[in-house]
Amino acid sequence: MYLKDIVNILEGEALIPEANLDVEVPCAFASDLISDILMCTKEPTLLLTGLTNNQVIRLADMIDIVGIIFVRGKRPLDEIIEMARERNLPLICTKLTMYRSSGLLYNAGLRSCKI
Amino acid sequence: MQDFAAAKSEAADYWHFQPGREECSRRHLASLHEADVTLESLIPEKDFNTAGRGSAEVKNLLKRLGVDPEILRRVAVAAYEAEINVAAHSKGGIMTSSIYSDLIHIVFRDKGPGIADIAQAMVPGFSTADDMVRELGFGAGLGLPNIQKNVDALHIHSAAGASTLLEFLIHFDTNHGQ
Repeated sequence: MYLKDIVNILEGEALIPEANLDVEVPCAFASDLISDILMCTKEPTLLLTGLTNNQVIRLADMIDIVGIIFVRGKRPLDEIIEMARERNLPLICTKLTMYRSSGLLYNAGLRSCKI
Repeated sequence: MQDFAAAKSEAADYWHFQPGREECSRRHLASLHEADVTLESLIPEKDFNTAGRGSAEVKNLLKRLGVDPEILRRVAVAAYEAEINVAAHSKGGIMTSSIYSDLIHIVFRDKGPGIADIAQAMVPGFSTADDMVRELGFGAGLGLPNIQKNVDALHIHSAAGASTLLEFLIHFDTNHGQ
């Protein structure tokens, strides 16, 4: 599955227009806890979260995050979007909840990350 | 519970080694080898704009040195968790990373107020984080367990009312017993 497919499935909006969405996404993880995200991401992973602070972007410096989905209409501040732009990290917003987003992506064939 | 946490405690040491890593780790800690590269990074109290920069800097340097990606991930996760701990729970501190040909040794020293009961702090889910820290997605009580899981040797020295020293070693060969 590609990031552009994920934007369609989640009726999402890409926050960085120039970001490359032709990126293959092997798996996903959903959490609002930074330690959980750090512990569970051992391969290139799509992150679904309700956190919009700068530390979510900084996570991409530590672990291999292919993109971040902000669920339930959450939208980071411009300075946070800028941090992601510097890292070539695609950001996508969706109005759907974390549960619904995860269910739709799982049904479409996107597997859970290995933990 | 509050009284217990506030009570004065004796300075305590906590050690943990991954299976098969104790001897080589202790040998390294007892030796006086000079590091090939040393990096220092300040960690200001409750500054979540800069917290994590030190860990990212160390990870990028190791990447340039050609360290295995799985080792890089473990160094980054352990260093980041420790850096966040200093920012979230202490009055600020300093992170010193010493890089050798075969391992990295990172030491975090803070200005207190110390850990009253280290064994309790190691229990997954135990947390003393305040609301501000929790709102940012931290404070799950998984920081120290997450550090321990990713390092070859972990040492914590602390007491209530004193500073805390946390140091760990990660060897660059890939025989981690996780």
